[in-house]
Amino acid sequence: MTDESMTIPDLGGLTCKEMVELVTDYLEGALSPAIRSRFDQHLTACDPCVVYIEQMRQTIATLGKLPEESIPETALDTLREHFRRWRSAPDS
Amino acid sequence: MAHQADDDAGLIAALKRRDEAAFVTLVERYQGALLRLALVYCRSLAVAEEIVQDTWLGVIQGIDRFEGRASFKTWLFQILVNRARTRAEREGRAVSFSSLSDEAEAPGEPAVPPGRFRGPDDKWPHNWALPPHSWGESPDARLLADETMELVKRAIATLSPAQQQVITLRDIEGWTAEDVCNVLMISETNQRVLLHRARSHVRGLLENLFNDR
Repeated sequence: MTDESMTIPDLGGLTCKEMVELVTDYLEGALSPAIRSRFDQHLTACDPCVVYIEQMRQTIATLGKLPEESIPETALDTLREHFRRWRSAPDS
Repeated sequence: MAHQADDDAGLIAALKRRDEAAFVTLVERYQGALLRLALVYCRSLAVAEEIVQDTWLGVIQGIDRFEGRASFKTWLFQILVNRARTRAEREGRAVSFSSLSDEAEAPGEPAVPPGRFRGPDDKWPHNWALPPHSWGESPDARLLADETMELVKRAIATLSPAQQQVITLRDIEGWTAEDVCNVLMISETNQRVLLHRARSHVRGLLENLFNDR
């Protein structure tokens, strides 16, 4: 290949190293319109960054599926007792 | 979670009338999330459960003065955070909880190790040298496997307390940024910085796990 300019894709003036630091602002809708359009341009030309963002989305989805923490039933019984005591107390 | 907020109002009114069923519904609704956040402050499950119990006592004691200017959820979690922080301070762990904003404003780790990118003099400076590989077309089975879930739980435990608080509420509990800012009393920007560092770290660990296969 002699003419390299033919093969240089338009990465929106953002490096991949910059992209990975902007991804949360991107997903949160916090990028300025100007940066946002450069970010989108980079994605059209860079498959690894597309993969990276997909992995961030998958990470977030996985976090949302962690099983719930549960508290023992006895804790609820204790709270009910406290509640009843409070309910029967004269208004303070 | 958002759909619950509207519904809380009726329950709060009932709670003010000393309706036990309303109280129990609220406890059941928020208990899991309260415990999860309490566990960020203290590793001991027993202590975390105490903090949650204590929070509900705070609700009972304060509900008559709750005017609904903030959402019930915000108010409830502020009670928890206050109690948990006080307790952490008493146990001499105040330093690590000092200020979320300080941490967000200090330089953090890069999202991806610098060695994954090309150098400044490369033909493609600062672009991928070791790009990420797709986790597959339908990675759900891998992502939802028990092993993955365990790794994610452990990964969160290694984050700084500030990052843990943010990622727990945002991504595990699914809160909005606004609610998280209100409860943790940080700016939107700082919230985003902490979330970014936390998510990036967890992604990196998942990548290591999947690449090792």
